[in-house]
Amino acid sequence: MNVVEVPLHAVAHARAGDKGNRSNISVIPYRAEAFALLVEQVTEERVLAVFAHKGATAVKRYVLAKLPAMNFVIDNALEGGVNSSLGLDGHGKALSFLVLGDITVKVPLDCIPVNSPYLKNAVNGER
Amino acid sequence: MSKVYIGCGAGFAGDRFDAAVPIVKALAEVKGERFLIYEVLAERTLAIAQRLRRENPDQGYSPFLDLYLPLVLADCHRHGIRIVTNMGAANPLGAARRVHALALELGIRGLKVAAVTGDDLLGSMSEAEIRREQIIEGIPLDHRSIVAANAYLGAGPVAGALATGAHVVLVGRTTDAALSLGPLMHVHGWKAGDLDLLAQGTVCGHLLECGAQVSGAYFPDPGFKDVPDLDRIGFPIAEVDADGSLVITKPPGTGGLVSRATVIEQLLYEVHDPNNYLTPDVVLDIGEVEVEETGTNRVGVKGARGKPPPATLKATVCVDAGWLGEGEISYAGPNALARAELAASVVRARCRAIGIGDPVRVEVLGTEAIFDGNSGGRHPSGVQNTGGEYRVRAAVRSPQRKVAQQVSDEVLSLYCSGPAGGAGVRQHISPQVSTVSILIDRARVKAQVAVVEKS
Repeated sequence: MNVVEVPLHAVAHARAGDKGNRSNISVIPYRAEAFALLVEQVTEERVLAVFAHKGATAVKRYVLAKLPAMNFVIDNALEGGVNSSLGLDGHGKALSFLVLGDITVKVPLDCIPVNSPYLKNAVNGER
Repeated sequence: MSKVYIGCGAGFAGDRFDAAVPIVKALAEVKGERFLIYEVLAERTLAIAQRLRRENPDQGYSPFLDLYLPLVLADCHRHGIRIVTNMGAANPLGAARRVHALALELGIRGLKVAAVTGDDLLGSMSEAEIRREQIIEGIPLDHRSIVAANAYLGAGPVAGALATGAHVVLVGRTTDAALSLGPLMHVHGWKAGDLDLLAQGTVCGHLLECGAQVSGAYFPDPGFKDVPDLDRIGFPIAEVDADGSLVITKPPGTGGLVSRATVIEQLLYEVHDPNNYLTPDVVLDIGEVEVEETGTNRVGVKGARGKPPPATLKATVCVDAGWLGEGEISYAGPNALARAELAASVVRARCRAIGIGDPVRVEVLGTEAIFDGNSGGRHPSGVQNTGGEYRVRAAVRSPQRKVAQQVSDEVLSLYCSGPAGGAGVRQHISPQVSTVSILIDRARVKAQVAVVEKS
Protein backbone atom coordinates (compact mmCIF):
# COMPACT_ATOMS: atom_id res chain seq x y z
CA MET A 1 0.00 0.00 0.00
CA ASN A 2 1.35 3.39 -1.00
CA VAL A 3 2.12 5.74 1.85
CA VAL A 4 1.41 9.41 1.24
CA GLU A 5 2.20 12.53 3.24
CA VAL A 6 -0.94 14.65 3.63
CA PRO A 7 -2.22 17.39 5.91
CA LEU A 8 -3.99 15.99 8.97
CA HIS A 9 -7.13 17.48 7.38
CA ALA A 10 -7.15 14.56 4.91
CA VAL A 11 -7.57 11.91 7.57
CA ALA A 12 -9.16 13.59 10.59
CA HIS A 13 -11.64 16.20 11.68
CA ALA A 14 -11.43 18.41 14.75
CA ARG A 15 -13.28 20.88 16.97
CA ALA A 16 -11.74 23.54 19.22
CA GLY A 17 -13.09 24.78 22.53
CA ASP A 18 -11.75 27.09 25.23
CA LYS A 19 -11.64 27.62 28.95
CA GLY A 20 -9.84 30.81 29.89
CA ASN A 21 -6.41 30.85 28.29
CA ARG A 22 -6.47 27.13 27.56
CA SER A 23 -7.62 25.60 24.29
CA ASN A 24 -8.81 22.06 23.72
CA ILE A 25 -8.77 20.57 20.28
CA SER A 26 -10.21 17.15 19.52
CA VAL A 27 -8.71 15.19 16.64
CA ILE A 28 -10.99 12.47 15.29
CA PRO A 29 -9.98 10.12 12.44
CA TYR A 30 -12.45 9.69 9.61
CA ARG A 31 -11.41 6.02 9.47
CA ALA A 32 -10.52 4.00 12.55
CA GLU A 33 -7.70 2.39 10.54
CA ALA A 34 -5.82 5.68 10.76
CA PHE A 35 -6.01 6.02 14.52
CA ALA A 36 -2.85 4.15 15.56
CA LEU A 37 -0.81 6.11 13.01
CA LEU A 38 -2.24 9.39 14.27
CA VAL A 39 -1.42 8.47 17.86
CA GLU A 40 2.12 7.71 16.71
CA GLN A 41 2.60 10.87 14.65
CA VAL A 42 0.43 13.63 16.12
CA THR A 43 2.40 14.09 19.30
CA GLU A 44 2.24 16.68 22.07
CA GLU A 45 5.54 18.11 20.83
CA ARG A 46 4.27 18.64 17.28
CA VAL A 47 1.07 20.29 18.45
CA LEU A 48 3.02 22.58 20.79
CA ALA A 49 5.24 23.62 17.88
CA VAL A 50 2.17 24.73 15.92
CA PHE A 51 1.25 27.11 18.75
CA ALA A 52 4.76 28.33 19.58
CA HIS A 53 4.24 31.72 17.90
CA LYS A 54 1.23 32.36 20.16
CA GLY A 55 3.19 31.69 23.32
CA ALA A 56 1.73 28.28 24.22
CA THR A 57 3.63 26.67 27.07
CA ALA A 58 2.49 23.04 27.29
CA VAL A 59 0.33 20.44 25.57
CA LYS A 60 -1.34 17.46 27.21
CA ARG A 61 -2.76 14.75 24.98
CA TYR A 62 -5.56 12.42 26.04
CA VAL A 63 -6.18 9.28 23.98
CA LEU A 64 -9.74 7.95 23.84
CA ALA A 65 -9.31 4.60 22.11
CA LYS A 66 -12.97 3.59 22.16
CA LEU A 67 -14.25 6.57 20.17
CA PRO A 68 -11.50 6.67 18.75
CA ALA A 69 -10.22 10.22 19.19
CA MET A 70 -7.51 12.32 20.78
CA ASN A 71 -8.00 15.44 22.85
CA PHE A 72 -5.22 18.03 23.02
CA VAL A 73 -5.22 20.56 25.84
CA ILE A 74 -2.95 23.50 25.05
CA ASP A 75 -1.93 25.84 27.86
CA ASN A 76 -1.62 29.58 27.20
CA ALA A 77 -2.62 29.14 23.58
CA LEU A 78 -5.10 32.01 23.47
CA GLU A 79 -3.12 35.11 24.49
CA GLY A 80 -5.32 35.55 27.51
CA GLY A 81 -8.39 34.13 25.83
CA VAL A 82 -11.59 36.00 25.27
CA ASN A 83 -10.76 38.18 28.29
CA SER A 84 -7.73 39.84 26.78
CA SER A 85 -6.86 38.66 23.28
CA LEU A 86 -6.52 41.41 20.71
CA GLY A 87 -7.23 38.99 17.87
CA LEU A 88 -10.62 38.40 16.31
CA ASP A 89 -10.83 34.86 17.66
CA GLY A 90 -10.43 35.18 21.39
CA HIS A 91 -12.09 31.81 21.89
CA GLY A 92 -9.67 30.13 19.49
CA LYS A 93 -12.55 28.52 17.64
CA ALA A 94 -10.69 28.57 14.30
CA LEU A 95 -7.64 26.82 15.77
CA SER A 96 -8.92 23.34 14.93
CA PHE A 97 -8.12 24.19 11.32
CA LEU A 98 -4.66 25.45 12.26
CA VAL A 99 -3.87 21.97 13.59
CA LEU A 100 -5.54 20.23 10.63
CA GLY A 101 -3.66 22.38 8.13
CA ASP A 102 -0.20 22.77 9.63
CA ILE A 103 0.44 19.20 10.78
CA THR A 104 1.13 16.59 8.11
CA VAL A 105 1.01 12.82 8.54
CA LYS A 106 2.31 9.85 6.56
CA VAL A 107 -0.44 7.29 6.03
CA PRO A 108 -1.40 4.49 3.64
CA LEU A 109 -3.99 5.56 1.09
CA ASP A 110 -6.68 3.44 2.74
CA CYS A 111 -6.61 5.74 5.78
CA ILE A 112 -8.16 8.48 3.62
CA PRO A 113 -11.95 8.32 3.09
CA VAL A 114 -12.82 7.05 -0.39
CA ASN A 115 -14.61 10.25 -1.40
CA SER A 116 -11.97 12.61 -0.05
CA PRO A 117 -10.75 15.35 -2.42
CA TYR A 118 -7.27 14.54 -1.09
CA LEU A 119 -7.38 10.98 -2.37
CA LYS A 120 -7.53 12.08 -5.97
CA ASN A 121 -4.63 14.47 -5.41
CA ALA A 122 -2.60 11.87 -3.55
CA VAL A 123 -3.06 9.27 -6.29
CA ASN A 124 -2.05 11.79 -8.94
CA GLY A 125 0.95 12.73 -6.85
CA GLU A 126 2.15 9.14 -6.70
CA ARG A 127 2.28 8.82 -10.48
CA MET B 1 -41.21 2.68 32.18
CA SER B 2 -41.33 6.34 31.27
CA LYS B 3 -38.95 7.68 28.70
CA VAL B 4 -37.69 11.24 28.96
CA TYR B 5 -37.43 13.38 25.85
CA ILE B 6 -35.38 16.56 26.03
CA GLY B 7 -35.13 18.96 23.11
CA CYS B 8 -32.73 21.89 23.02
CA GLY B 9 -34.01 25.08 21.42
CA ALA B 10 -30.90 27.26 21.76
CA GLY B 11 -27.20 26.71 22.39
CA PHE B 12 -26.34 30.38 22.94
CA ALA B 13 -28.06 33.74 23.17
CA GLY B 14 -28.71 34.64 19.57
CA ASP B 15 -29.19 31.09 18.32
CA ARG B 16 -31.97 30.71 15.74
CA PHE B 17 -35.14 31.93 17.43
CA ASP B 18 -37.53 29.53 15.67
CA ALA B 19 -35.38 26.40 16.08
CA ALA B 20 -37.58 24.99 18.82
CA VAL B 21 -40.74 24.98 16.73
CA PRO B 22 -40.00 21.63 14.99
CA ILE B 23 -38.86 20.21 18.35
CA VAL B 24 -42.17 21.09 19.97
CA LYS B 25 -44.02 19.56 17.04
CA ALA B 26 -42.01 16.32 17.36
CA LEU B 27 -42.36 16.16 21.15
CA ALA B 28 -46.12 16.70 20.90
CA GLU B 29 -46.39 13.41 19.03
CA VAL B 30 -44.56 11.16 21.49
CA LYS B 31 -45.59 9.78 24.86
CA GLY B 32 -43.42 10.24 27.90
CA GLU B 33 -42.08 13.11 29.93
CA ARG B 34 -41.04 15.89 27.57
CA PHE B 35 -38.86 18.94 28.15
CA LEU B 36 -37.61 21.85 26.09
CA ILE B 37 -34.42 23.52 27.25
CA TYR B 38 -32.72 26.76 26.17
CA GLU B 39 -29.12 27.58 27.07
CA VAL B 40 -28.50 31.30 26.55
CA LEU B 41 -26.14 32.36 29.33
CA ALA B 42 -22.46 32.78 28.52
CA GLU B 43 -20.07 33.86 31.27
CA ARG B 44 -20.04 37.49 30.19
CA THR B 45 -23.76 37.63 29.47
CA LEU B 46 -24.43 37.51 33.17
CA ALA B 47 -22.39 40.65 33.78
CA ILE B 48 -24.44 42.55 31.23
CA ALA B 49 -27.63 41.24 32.84
CA GLN B 50 -26.42 42.29 36.30
CA ARG B 51 -25.87 45.84 35.04
CA LEU B 52 -29.37 45.93 33.58
CA ARG B 53 -30.82 44.78 36.90
CA ARG B 54 -29.00 47.54 38.79
CA GLU B 55 -30.57 50.10 36.49
CA ASN B 56 -34.03 48.57 36.80
CA PRO B 57 -34.88 45.89 39.42
CA ASP B 58 -37.49 44.34 37.11
CA GLN B 59 -34.85 43.71 34.43
CA GLY B 60 -31.73 41.58 34.38
CA TYR B 61 -33.27 38.45 32.95
CA SER B 62 -32.33 37.45 29.41
CA PRO B 63 -33.65 39.92 26.84
CA PHE B 64 -33.92 36.91 24.54
CA LEU B 65 -36.80 35.51 26.62
CA ASP B 66 -39.21 37.66 24.61
CA LEU B 67 -37.75 36.42 21.34
CA TYR B 68 -37.77 32.69 22.07
CA LEU B 69 -40.69 31.87 24.32
CA PRO B 70 -43.65 33.51 22.53
CA LEU B 71 -43.09 31.10 19.62
CA VAL B 72 -43.55 27.97 21.74
CA LEU B 73 -45.16 28.76 25.08
CA ALA B 74 -48.78 28.07 24.09
CA ASP B 75 -47.99 24.82 22.25
CA CYS B 76 -45.75 23.59 25.05
CA HIS B 77 -48.46 24.22 27.61
CA ARG B 78 -51.11 22.58 25.44
CA HIS B 79 -49.04 19.41 25.00
CA GLY B 80 -47.56 19.21 28.49
CA ILE B 81 -44.00 19.99 27.38
CA ARG B 82 -42.13 21.65 30.23
CA ILE B 83 -39.55 24.37 29.64
CA VAL B 84 -36.26 24.66 31.54
CA THR B 85 -33.96 27.56 30.74
CA ASN B 86 -31.29 29.83 32.17
CA MET B 87 -33.04 32.90 30.75
CA GLY B 88 -33.36 33.93 34.41
CA ALA B 89 -29.81 35.31 34.13
CA ALA B 90 -29.34 37.90 36.90
CA ASN B 91 -33.03 37.95 37.80
CA PRO B 92 -34.83 34.56 37.68
CA LEU B 93 -37.77 35.92 39.70
CA GLY B 94 -38.16 38.83 37.27
CA ALA B 95 -38.02 36.37 34.38
CA ALA B 96 -40.73 34.27 35.99
CA ARG B 97 -42.96 37.32 36.33
CA ARG B 98 -42.32 38.16 32.68
CA VAL B 99 -43.33 34.62 31.64
CA HIS B 100 -46.61 35.07 33.51
CA ALA B 101 -47.22 38.36 31.70
CA LEU B 102 -46.42 36.65 28.42
CA ALA B 103 -48.90 33.87 29.22
CA LEU B 104 -51.54 36.50 29.85
CA GLU B 105 -50.80 38.14 26.49
CA LEU B 106 -51.02 34.76 24.76
CA GLY B 107 -54.22 33.74 26.53
CA ILE B 108 -52.61 30.81 28.36
CA ARG B 109 -54.37 29.86 31.58
CA GLY B 110 -53.04 28.03 34.62
CA LEU B 111 -49.35 28.29 33.86
CA LYS B 112 -47.14 27.49 36.84
CA VAL B 113 -43.70 29.09 36.81
CA ALA B 114 -40.78 28.44 39.16
CA ALA B 115 -37.51 30.29 39.64
CA VAL B 116 -34.24 29.00 41.08
CA THR B 117 -32.13 31.53 42.94
CA GLY B 118 -29.05 31.42 45.12
CA ASP B 119 -26.31 31.43 42.48
CA ASP B 120 -25.78 35.18 42.90
CA LEU B 121 -22.93 35.50 45.41
CA LEU B 122 -23.23 39.28 45.69
CA GLY B 123 -26.41 38.56 47.65
CA SER B 124 -24.71 36.25 50.15
CA MET B 125 -21.05 37.27 50.33
CA SER B 126 -19.26 40.58 50.65
CA GLU B 127 -16.96 41.73 47.86
CA ALA B 128 -14.06 41.44 50.28
CA GLU B 129 -14.92 37.79 50.92
CA ILE B 130 -15.15 37.10 47.19
CA ARG B 131 -11.72 38.68 46.65
CA ARG B 132 -10.22 36.30 49.20
CA GLU B 133 -11.29 33.08 47.45
CA GLN B 134 -8.91 30.88 45.48
CA ILE B 135 -8.57 31.83 41.80
CA ILE B 136 -8.34 28.87 39.43
CA GLU B 137 -8.51 30.76 36.16
CA GLY B 138 -7.80 34.35 35.22
CA ILE B 139 -5.64 37.13 36.64
CA PRO B 140 -5.88 38.45 40.23
CA LEU B 141 -8.94 40.57 40.99
CA ASP B 142 -6.89 43.28 42.70
CA HIS B 143 -9.09 46.33 42.95
CA ARG B 144 -10.96 45.87 39.71
CA SER B 145 -14.65 46.58 40.14
CA ILE B 146 -16.80 43.41 40.50
CA VAL B 147 -19.83 43.49 38.21
CA ALA B 148 -21.18 40.00 38.93
CA ALA B 149 -20.24 36.89 40.91
CA ASN B 150 -22.21 33.69 40.44
CA ALA B 151 -21.69 30.13 41.56
CA TYR B 152 -22.48 27.27 39.22
CA LEU B 153 -25.46 25.46 40.74
CA GLY B 154 -25.99 21.80 39.90
CA ALA B 155 -29.02 19.86 38.76
CA GLY B 156 -30.55 19.37 42.22
CA PRO B 157 -32.31 22.74 42.39
CA VAL B 158 -33.61 22.28 38.84
CA ALA B 159 -35.13 18.93 39.84
CA GLY B 160 -36.51 20.62 42.95
CA ALA B 161 -38.18 23.30 40.86
CA LEU B 162 -39.76 20.66 38.61
CA ALA B 163 -41.05 18.86 41.70
CA THR B 164 -43.29 21.85 42.40
CA GLY B 165 -45.16 20.95 39.22
CA ALA B 166 -43.94 24.04 37.41
CA HIS B 167 -44.48 24.15 33.66
CA VAL B 168 -41.63 26.61 33.19
CA VAL B 169 -38.43 26.69 35.27
CA LEU B 170 -36.16 29.73 35.11
CA VAL B 171 -32.65 29.54 36.48
CA GLY B 172 -29.67 31.86 36.51
CA ARG B 173 -26.19 30.39 36.63
CA THR B 174 -26.22 26.62 36.73
CA THR B 175 -24.04 24.25 34.78
CA ASP B 176 -25.38 23.98 31.26
CA ALA B 177 -25.73 20.22 31.78
CA ALA B 178 -28.02 20.81 34.77
CA LEU B 179 -30.75 21.99 32.40
CA SER B 180 -30.96 18.36 31.19
CA LEU B 181 -29.80 16.46 34.26
CA GLY B 182 -32.39 18.22 36.44
CA PRO B 183 -35.34 16.85 34.43
CA LEU B 184 -33.75 13.38 34.37
CA MET B 185 -33.25 13.34 38.14
CA HIS B 186 -36.81 14.56 38.61
CA VAL B 187 -38.51 12.00 36.36
CA HIS B 188 -36.28 8.99 36.85
CA GLY B 189 -35.71 9.57 40.56
CA TRP B 190 -31.92 9.53 40.22
CA LYS B 191 -30.24 10.41 43.49
CA ALA B 192 -26.91 11.95 44.46
CA GLY B 193 -25.33 8.54 44.90
CA ASP B 194 -26.33 7.20 41.47
CA LEU B 195 -23.02 8.31 40.05
CA ASP B 196 -23.03 6.42 36.75
CA LEU B 197 -26.60 7.54 36.02
CA LEU B 198 -25.71 11.13 36.86
CA ALA B 199 -22.72 10.73 34.55
CA GLN B 200 -24.93 9.56 31.67
CA GLY B 201 -27.31 12.45 32.36
CA THR B 202 -24.41 14.88 32.35
CA VAL B 203 -23.25 13.52 28.99
CA CYS B 204 -26.79 14.04 27.73
CA GLY B 205 -26.72 17.65 28.93
CA HIS B 206 -23.26 18.25 27.53
CA LEU B 207 -24.32 16.96 24.11
CA LEU B 208 -27.48 19.11 24.06
CA GLU B 209 -26.19 22.34 25.55
CA CYS B 210 -24.79 23.79 22.32
CA GLY B 211 -27.95 23.16 20.34
CA ALA B 212 -27.33 22.08 16.76
CA GLN B 213 -23.59 21.66 17.33
CA VAL B 214 -24.43 17.99 17.95
CA SER B 215 -26.85 17.66 15.03
CA GLY B 216 -24.69 18.78 12.15
CA ALA B 217 -23.95 22.44 12.80
CA TYR B 218 -20.46 23.81 13.40
CA PHE B 219 -19.45 20.68 11.51
CA PRO B 220 -19.72 21.10 7.71
CA ASP B 221 -16.50 21.17 5.68
CA PRO B 222 -17.63 20.86 2.06
CA GLY B 223 -16.28 17.80 0.29
CA PHE B 224 -15.09 16.36 3.59
CA LYS B 225 -17.99 16.61 6.02
CA ASP B 226 -21.18 17.45 4.17
CA VAL B 227 -24.44 18.19 5.98
CA PRO B 228 -27.81 18.65 4.23
CA ASP B 229 -30.01 21.72 4.62
CA LEU B 230 -28.10 23.79 7.18
CA ASP B 231 -30.62 26.60 6.66
CA ARG B 232 -33.31 24.51 8.32
CA ILE B 233 -31.17 22.41 10.60
CA GLY B 234 -32.94 20.29 13.20
CA PHE B 235 -31.96 21.05 16.78
CA PRO B 236 -31.31 17.99 18.94
CA ILE B 237 -33.62 15.79 20.94
CA ALA B 238 -32.31 13.32 23.53
CA GLU B 239 -34.22 10.20 24.55
CA VAL B 240 -33.20 8.91 27.97
CA ASP B 241 -34.43 5.84 29.85
CA ALA B 242 -34.32 5.31 33.60
CA ASP B 243 -31.27 3.04 33.20
CA GLY B 244 -29.37 5.90 31.56
CA SER B 245 -29.69 4.63 27.98
CA LEU B 246 -29.23 7.68 25.79
CA VAL B 247 -30.05 8.34 22.14
CA ILE B 248 -29.43 11.64 20.36
CA THR B 249 -31.72 12.42 17.42
CA LYS B 250 -33.50 15.38 15.81
CA PRO B 251 -37.04 16.22 14.63
CA PRO B 252 -38.25 14.49 11.45
CA GLY B 253 -38.28 16.59 8.29
CA THR B 254 -35.51 18.94 9.39
CA GLY B 255 -32.05 19.48 7.93
CA GLY B 256 -28.81 18.57 9.60
CA LEU B 257 -27.19 15.29 10.55
CA VAL B 258 -26.83 13.22 13.70
CA SER B 259 -23.94 10.80 13.18
CA ARG B 260 -21.10 9.24 15.16
CA ALA B 261 -18.84 12.03 13.91
CA THR B 262 -21.17 14.91 14.88
CA VAL B 263 -21.71 13.41 18.33
CA ILE B 264 -18.02 12.69 18.99
CA GLU B 265 -17.03 16.26 18.06
CA GLN B 266 -19.51 17.64 20.55
CA LEU B 267 -18.71 15.04 23.21
CA LEU B 268 -15.15 16.40 23.42
CA TYR B 269 -16.10 20.07 22.96
CA GLU B 270 -14.65 22.19 25.79
CA VAL B 271 -13.58 19.05 27.65
CA HIS B 272 -10.09 18.98 29.07
CA ASP B 273 -9.24 15.83 31.05
CA PRO B 274 -11.84 13.35 29.71
CA ASN B 275 -11.48 11.17 32.79
CA ASN B 276 -12.19 14.03 35.19
CA TYR B 277 -14.77 16.51 33.95
CA LEU B 278 -15.80 18.37 37.09
CA THR B 279 -19.41 19.34 37.73
CA PRO B 280 -21.28 20.10 40.96
CA ASP B 281 -23.24 16.86 40.53
CA VAL B 282 -20.63 14.31 39.53
CA VAL B 283 -17.08 13.99 38.26
CA LEU B 284 -17.63 12.67 34.78
CA ASP B 285 -15.36 10.10 33.14
CA ILE B 286 -15.96 9.68 29.40
CA GLY B 287 -12.84 7.59 28.84
CA GLU B 288 -14.85 4.44 28.10
CA VAL B 289 -17.82 6.05 26.36
CA GLU B 290 -19.00 4.34 23.19
CA VAL B 291 -20.91 6.07 20.41
CA GLU B 292 -22.95 4.03 17.97
CA GLU B 293 -25.29 4.81 15.08
CA THR B 294 -28.51 2.91 15.73
CA GLY B 295 -30.58 4.32 12.87
CA THR B 296 -30.86 7.26 10.51
CA ASN B 297 -30.03 10.38 12.52
CA ARG B 298 -30.04 8.29 15.69
CA VAL B 299 -26.90 7.83 17.77
CA GLY B 300 -26.64 5.90 21.03
CA VAL B 301 -24.14 6.97 23.69
CA LYS B 302 -23.21 4.71 26.59
CA GLY B 303 -20.51 3.96 29.10
CA ALA B 304 -20.14 7.22 31.05
CA ARG B 305 -18.79 6.65 34.55
CA GLY B 306 -19.23 8.88 37.57
CA LYS B 307 -17.16 9.68 40.64
CA PRO B 308 -18.24 11.75 43.65
CA PRO B 309 -18.39 15.50 42.98
CA PRO B 310 -15.81 17.93 44.39
CA ALA B 311 -16.34 19.64 47.76
CA THR B 312 -16.15 23.07 46.19
CA LEU B 313 -18.23 24.87 43.58
CA LYS B 314 -16.85 26.91 40.72
CA ALA B 315 -17.97 30.51 40.52
CA THR B 316 -17.42 33.14 37.86
CA VAL B 317 -16.56 36.67 38.90
CA CYS B 318 -17.03 39.32 36.23
CA VAL B 319 -14.99 42.51 36.49
CA ASP B 320 -14.73 45.71 34.49
CA ALA B 321 -11.99 45.41 31.91
CA GLY B 322 -11.81 48.76 30.21
CA TRP B 323 -12.35 49.26 26.52
CA LEU B 324 -11.68 47.48 23.25
CA GLY B 325 -11.10 49.72 20.24
CA GLU B 326 -11.04 48.30 16.72
CA GLY B 327 -10.82 49.71 13.21
CA GLU B 328 -10.81 47.97 9.84
CA ILE B 329 -10.24 49.01 6.22
CA SER B 330 -10.16 47.01 2.96
CA TYR B 331 -7.85 46.90 -0.08
CA ALA B 332 -8.70 44.90 -3.21
CA GLY B 333 -7.42 44.28 -6.72
CA PRO B 334 -3.87 44.48 -8.13
CA ASN B 335 -1.10 44.79 -5.54
CA ALA B 336 -3.72 44.80 -2.76
CA LEU B 337 -1.54 42.93 -0.28
CA ALA B 338 1.31 45.45 -0.61
CA ARG B 339 -1.12 48.32 -0.10
CA ALA B 340 -2.64 46.58 2.93
CA GLU B 341 0.79 45.96 4.45
CA LEU B 342 1.75 49.57 3.87
CA ALA B 343 -1.45 50.65 5.63
CA ALA B 344 -0.65 48.35 8.55
CA SER B 345 2.83 49.82 8.88
CA VAL B 346 1.37 53.34 8.84
CA VAL B 347 -1.01 52.49 11.69
CA ARG B 348 1.81 50.94 13.74
CA ALA B 349 4.00 54.02 13.22
CA ARG B 350 1.16 56.41 14.03
CA CYS B 351 0.30 54.58 17.26
CA ARG B 352 3.93 54.94 18.33
CA ALA B 353 4.00 58.59 17.30
CA ILE B 354 0.91 59.57 19.28
CA GLY B 355 2.16 57.66 22.32
CA ILE B 356 -0.25 54.74 22.66
CA GLY B 357 1.05 52.83 25.67
CA ASP B 358 -1.16 49.76 25.47
CA PRO B 359 -0.21 46.90 23.10
CA VAL B 360 -1.75 47.38 19.66
CA ARG B 361 -2.37 44.49 17.26
CA VAL B 362 -2.29 45.40 13.58
CA GLU B 363 -2.94 42.58 11.14
CA VAL B 364 -3.83 41.95 7.53
CA LEU B 365 -6.92 39.77 7.29
CA GLY B 366 -6.84 37.46 4.29
CA THR B 367 -3.40 36.11 5.16
CA GLU B 368 -4.69 33.61 7.77
CA ALA B 369 -3.97 36.36 10.29
CA ILE B 370 -6.59 34.87 12.62
CA PHE B 371 -3.99 32.18 13.44
CA ASP B 372 -1.29 34.76 14.23
CA GLY B 373 -0.11 35.82 17.67
CA ASN B 374 -0.37 39.40 18.91
CA SER B 375 3.36 39.84 18.50
CA GLY B 376 3.75 38.19 15.14
CA GLY B 377 2.61 35.67 12.59
CA ARG B 378 3.50 32.09 11.87
CA HIS B 379 3.95 32.84 8.18
CA PRO B 380 7.29 33.70 6.64
CA SER B 381 7.21 37.13 5.07
CA GLY B 382 6.82 37.40 1.32
CA VAL B 383 3.48 36.14 0.08
CA GLN B 384 3.44 35.33 -3.64
CA ASN B 385 -0.16 36.13 -4.46
CA THR B 386 -0.42 39.89 -4.17
CA GLY B 387 -3.85 40.49 -5.71
CA GLY B 388 -7.14 39.63 -4.09
CA GLU B 389 -8.85 41.25 -1.15
CA TYR B 390 -7.28 42.09 2.20
CA ARG B 391 -8.54 43.86 5.26
CA VAL B 392 -6.32 45.71 7.71
CA ARG B 393 -7.40 45.51 11.31
CA ALA B 394 -6.04 47.32 14.37
CA ALA B 395 -7.09 46.51 17.92
CA VAL B 396 -6.20 47.72 21.40
CA ARG B 397 -7.46 47.14 24.92
CA SER B 398 -7.13 49.99 27.36
CA PRO B 399 -8.56 51.16 30.67
CA GLN B 400 -9.24 54.44 28.86
CA ARG B 401 -11.94 54.85 26.27
CA LYS B 402 -9.90 57.64 24.70
CA VAL B 403 -7.06 55.27 23.81
CA ALA B 404 -9.45 52.77 22.25
CA GLN B 405 -10.90 55.58 20.13
CA GLN B 406 -7.47 56.91 19.13
CA VAL B 407 -6.25 53.58 17.76
CA SER B 408 -9.50 53.03 15.89
CA ASP B 409 -9.25 56.55 14.45
CA GLU B 410 -5.80 55.80 13.07
CA VAL B 411 -7.48 53.29 10.75
CA LEU B 412 -10.21 55.77 9.84
CA SER B 413 -7.66 58.40 8.86
CA LEU B 414 -6.20 55.97 6.30
CA TYR B 415 -9.09 56.97 4.05
CA CYS B 416 -7.32 60.18 3.07
CA SER B 417 -3.85 59.62 4.54
CA GLY B 418 -3.12 56.00 3.62
CA PRO B 419 -2.39 53.85 0.56
CA ALA B 420 -4.44 53.91 -2.64
CA GLY B 421 -7.85 52.34 -2.73
CA GLY B 422 -8.58 52.05 1.00
CA ALA B 423 -12.28 51.32 1.46
CA GLY B 424 -15.01 50.18 3.81
CA VAL B 425 -13.82 51.44 7.18
CA ARG B 426 -15.68 50.09 10.20
CA GLN B 427 -14.98 51.22 13.75
CA HIS B 428 -16.01 49.57 16.97
CA ILE B 429 -15.45 50.82 20.51
CA SER B 430 -16.90 48.58 23.20
CA PRO B 431 -16.78 48.26 26.99
CA GLN B 432 -15.24 45.01 28.16
CA VAL B 433 -15.93 42.58 30.97
CA SER B 434 -13.35 40.09 32.07
CA THR B 435 -13.98 36.88 34.01
CA VAL B 436 -12.15 35.14 36.80
CA SER B 437 -13.02 31.67 38.06
CA ILE B 438 -12.86 30.97 41.79
CA LEU B 439 -13.64 27.99 44.00
CA ILE B 440 -15.98 28.37 46.94
CA ASP B 441 -17.24 26.14 49.73
CA ARG B 442 -20.60 24.53 48.93
CA ALA B 443 -21.90 25.64 52.30
CA ARG B 444 -21.70 29.27 51.15
CA VAL B 445 -24.26 28.65 48.43
CA LYS B 446 -27.92 28.09 49.26
CA ALA B 447 -30.08 27.40 46.23
CA GLN B 448 -33.76 28.20 46.62
CA VAL B 449 -36.85 27.42 44.60
CA ALA B 450 -39.72 29.87 44.41
CA VAL B 451 -43.03 29.30 42.68
CA VAL B 452 -43.89 32.68 41.26
CA GLU B 453 -47.54 33.57 41.25
CA LYS B 454 -49.04 35.87 38.67
CA SER B 455 -47.50 39.32 38.52
